[in-house]
Amino acid sequence: MYIYDDYDQQIVDQRVDQFRDQTRRFLAGELTGEEYRPLRLQNGLYIQRHAPMLRVAVPYGHLRSDQVRALAEIARKYDRGYGHFTTRQNIQYNWPKLEDVPDILADLAKVQMHAVQTSGNCVRNTTTDQFAGVAHDEIIDPRPWCELIRQWSTFHPEFAHLPRKFKIAVCGSVEDRAATWVHDIGVHVVRNAAGEVGFKVIVGGGLGRTPMVGAVIREFLPSLHLLSYLDAVLRVYNRYGRRDNKYKARIKILVKAMTPEAFAAKVEAEWSHLKDGPMTLTQAEIDRVAAFFTTPAYEPLPAEDEGFARLRSENKAFARWVERNVFKHKQPGYAAVTLSLKATGVAPGDATDAQLDGVAELADRYSFGEIRVSHEQNLILADVKQADLPAVWEAARQLGFATPNIGLITDIVCCPGGDFCDLANAKSIPIAEGIQQVFADQDYLFDLGEIDLNISGCMNSCGHHHVGHIGILGVDKSGSEWYQVSLGGRQGHDASLGKVIGPSFAQDDVPGVVRQIIEVFVEHRQGDERFLDVFDRVGMEPFKSRIYQKERAHG
Amino acid sequence: MGKHPHIIKLNRSNGQREIVANHWLRVAEGCDDAIPAHTLLPLKEWLERRDELLGRADVGIWFAPDDEPEALGQDAASLSIIAVDFPAFTDGRGFSIGRLLRERYGFAGELRAVGDVFKDTLLYLKRCGFDAFEIRADKDVEEAAKGLDDFSEFYQGAADQPLPLFRRRGG
Repeated sequence: MYIYDDYDQQIVDQRVDQFRDQTRRFLAGELTGEEYRPLRLQNGLYIQRHAPMLRVAVPYGHLRSDQVRALAEIARKYDRGYGHFTTRQNIQYNWPKLEDVPDILADLAKVQMHAVQTSGNCVRNTTTDQFAGVAHDEIIDPRPWCELIRQWSTFHPEFAHLPRKFKIAVCGSVEDRAATWVHDIGVHVVRNAAGEVGFKVIVGGGLGRTPMVGAVIREFLPSLHLLSYLDAVLRVYNRYGRRDNKYKARIKILVKAMTPEAFAAKVEAEWSHLKDGPMTLTQAEIDRVAAFFTTPAYEPLPAEDEGFARLRSENKAFARWVERNVFKHKQPGYAAVTLSLKATGVAPGDATDAQLDGVAELADRYSFGEIRVSHEQNLILADVKQADLPAVWEAARQLGFATPNIGLITDIVCCPGGDFCDLANAKSIPIAEGIQQVFADQDYLFDLGEIDLNISGCMNSCGHHHVGHIGILGVDKSGSEWYQVSLGGRQGHDASLGKVIGPSFAQDDVPGVVRQIIEVFVEHRQGDERFLDVFDRVGMEPFKSRIYQKERAHG
Repeated sequence: MGKHPHIIKLNRSNGQREIVANHWLRVAEGCDDAIPAHTLLPLKEWLERRDELLGRADVGIWFAPDDEPEALGQDAASLSIIAVDFPAFTDGRGFSIGRLLRERYGFAGELRAVGDVFKDTLLYLKRCGFDAFEIRADKDVEEAAKGLDDFSEFYQGAADQPLPLFRRRGG
């Protein structure tokens, strides 16, 4: 993991002082609410329905155990004993006091953490594959590039007040687990025919009100040019992105209006001035940053541990957990474990202070003291010995984090929704729970196979409903909460957006509608087909006719 | 618009700063007659009268956020002062204008931020090449100037320090 030096620490410490001063001036009336708002947002602080909400950055989803303990302590000391992991691999607290926020930031700075640019119209936290560095299908470790982008984007003076928020995701593996096609910029770390490392650059993807899959604007960018090229993209966006209408201000609208070809040409023209300038990376810097992401001290182990294999064949519950929550590791004898934050009855992505402390303990004992956050709102122990899996499973069960549902329909991606968020049109957490209850039967759930179900409480799409195989969107219809259901969305390299099935549903009907969707899937399923495969084969019609026919029959 | 009482002026070579009286009058449009000394004209107007005004050190230009430095081009190098308007401090287009004028078009005169300018953007402005700050009349100038000290180290290269931290780190 990246470790701060004096420069990094000083920047974060000075940020605490700056924000303390901004908050003091706001409370003293020297800054108006309107002036303070963009300033606090750039530090992750929202003023919400019940209380302020503070979003803390987890750069590319990586945490050390001491940082997780600090997050637990903050939950205890300043909040109501829990935090919520987000779809941007960050963590947010729903109940801090505004006056306490500078102190929270000071506590975070002690463990090399911050809330810099976790909201506001600036470059946000860069996200990546939760299995970066350990994935069996990895081509190149994306994390050094993420850290380089983090540093480049932190307090970038020219891009501090963009037309709108700006999100970058990086992926370095065969499978895209970072949703790079639906980001403002998606970066794929690749090798060219000559074996050199570089990047495929995608721009203009995004969810929200006008969801779009991005377009490739450069097939191969040599690695040394990453930052100067990003400067060029951001400069074009900063100058020409729309500022007259916040719903048309994301880069995707600009790219679409210009066409990706014209946008790419504009970027190339801008870049021709910046290329080979001072922002050109040096091999020394790439090596310096990459040195923080070396492989840990793995032991030479057999590809399969005997004790692990035995328990797996003897214990169905363990086998099930392994099948769903254990990911294939590139190192023989090791595995990556996903701790499910999707137990029924708990808001997806929530963790209590005790659970966080427990995870830190597990990381120290079994996974080199490191934890990752996935954009699906789960936690990962990336380097667990197979031989330790039974113990980790047992401990995860104690913590309530062993629900064997990763990738299944109950592993719901869900925003905080109307229970917490001011922007939401509708609640999302109770919808998630209602759906999880439908699939309480473990055997049935398991047999259904992989289904991504994503819920957003409004058009801002924090719950990524467009790329859920089943997407649910809360909408406001003359003051009451309704839910629009879409099918067929997906992330990954074949990312596409779901299509709306038809008129929206009342809250109480949503679990039943999902049940019907699954019934139609099961009826049409051949063998072990996945939900998506069935959907692609039979199309929307059978789902539509089932759901709306019954609706009509009910009168 | 009009003449603002005081300006924070930064000496770009030694980092010293002082609060000085303002001598320049920014106008929404010029006049048909000769332009008086110490006038800041809109870019468009200056361009229309370029041949007459080029070489007049006592006439400057001001940029609106959607004005393009490309339109001025290398003429920038001959000017003694350019102001950039920030109608709202959250409109970051002026940051790009500043950097382009300094880094691409060789502008070496006073680059002044005007409009919604106060403590919390001064350091970003400085980094984008600005060396004069017309602080909003209702804000405390002395307090605003302290914003220039918010950070002492930066990751990226920019107009004030072209070398990114990674080219200076450990050196």
